[in-house]
Amino acid sequence: MQAKAVDLDVRVWRGNASAGGYVHYPVPLRESQSILDVVTWIQRNLEPTLGYRFACRVGMCGSCAMMVNGKPRWTCRTHIKQVVRNHALTLAPLRNLPVIRDLVCDMSGFFDKWQQAQGRFHPSATREDAIVPIDPQSPQRKLADAAIECINCAVCYAACDVVANNPAYLGPAALNRAWTLVNDVRDVGLGERLRAVSGPGGCYNCHSQQGCTTWCPKELNPTASIAGLKRKALKVALKTEPLDHA
Amino acid sequence: MLNARLYFIQRLSAMVLAPLVLGHLLGMILAIQGGLDAAEILSRTQGSVWWGLFYGLFVVAAGVHAAIGLRVIACEWLRLAPAWLDAFTWIAGLVLIGLGSRAVVALVL
Amino acid sequence: MIKPHRSQPLWFAYIVHRLSGLALALFLPVHFYVLALAISAPARLDEFLSWSEQPVVIAMEAGLVFLLAVHLFGGLRLLAVELLPWNPRQKTFAAAAAGLAFFIACGFLLRAI
Repeated sequence: MQAKAVDLDVRVWRGNASAGGYVHYPVPLRESQSILDVVTWIQRNLEPTLGYRFACRVGMCGSCAMMVNGKPRWTCRTHIKQVVRNHALTLAPLRNLPVIRDLVCDMSGFFDKWQQAQGRFHPSATREDAIVPIDPQSPQRKLADAAIECINCAVCYAACDVVANNPAYLGPAALNRAWTLVNDVRDVGLGERLRAVSGPGGCYNCHSQQGCTTWCPKELNPTASIAGLKRKALKVALKTEPLDHA
Repeated sequence: MLNARLYFIQRLSAMVLAPLVLGHLLGMILAIQGGLDAAEILSRTQGSVWWGLFYGLFVVAAGVHAAIGLRVIACEWLRLAPAWLDAFTWIAGLVLIGLGSRAVVALVL
Repeated sequence: MIKPHRSQPLWFAYIVHRLSGLALALFLPVHFYVLALAISAPARLDEFLSWSEQPVVIAMEAGLVFLLAVHLFGGLRLLAVELLPWNPRQKTFAAAAAGLAFFIACGFLLRAI
């Protein structure tokens, strides 16, 4: 593979859970490419065995997240002009998650923490009951709506140094989702959820580095959500707020 | 690794420390003019109930705050095992408050 | 070399807060020991204080003043993040904390020399 002067020099991490390293691939540089275009070109023309994830390729599903020149990004929504300097590109699997193969990481720990944070709705009504009207302009609903668009891509999880340093830490995505449910007045799991987010792996470990907020492709703010959890948990613990939705 | 109680104590000690640190910074900026010597320091602090209370509170709050802060660093950077974290925190706190009390006593009595 | 995902201002605010806290926590026992010399060995305290009038030591003391001030103001920013409703001006507050701390350290330095 003789690299031409106008090629991109793409370093791609190849390997599995036990071993791996970077391999160089020259990719023809075009006027407009997304990083997903680059990875796909490598897999189709140079290395058929390259493992990587994508699905919608239009920035809706979050499947294509990986480390692009050291930053956690969606490859389908990253134009080469945003990240490439001196024709060099480095691709690696998402940080803070175990590698399965090449650019594919094991997301199950990330999803497990979602459940551990009680990131699921606890219903009390049945289909026989009347629908609860929620005013979209109510303060609690606005707080929930500001954080609700998360699609579990794990970019925030990869960005977070607390996740890197503390294996028990639930992480920005799980805590952000817990916050939306704390603000859902139909949910009846508030006590269980506040206990879940106040433990050794909970919201109190966040140092407000805001890496999550910086890199979230949906422009969410998990740091603000986690700060909200801290306030809520403290108020309930000090009994200045009741343990149910007023 | 913080739980709700340690977090709350840490933030509470921080809020106690804020005005004390501000006072200390102002005090140092005022006092440093013209150099420092033991007699000058002692002439201000010796026998003073107020300085005793100010720095006594300062030492306790700083000892607690620093001990919990060091706990987080020990957990995240030194990967100290969870079983050792409590002992580490207590030892750090007691050493700081012990040495600090000695200093306050030296200056005030 | 700072890892690329950390090259954003609020990570620097975090690392400054952490390192300043660590430095202060390690400095405190020394500080307390020296002050206790006031009663156990006042002559040695005076020796130390006159040694500390050397320019290099004054510069280091100004550094300590900066560390204390930046930890204080950064800490106030964090208390605001955690206790008050979210404010989008986080980078401004972090920069203001550093600037105010630098101003106070300079104030100390100018009075010490």
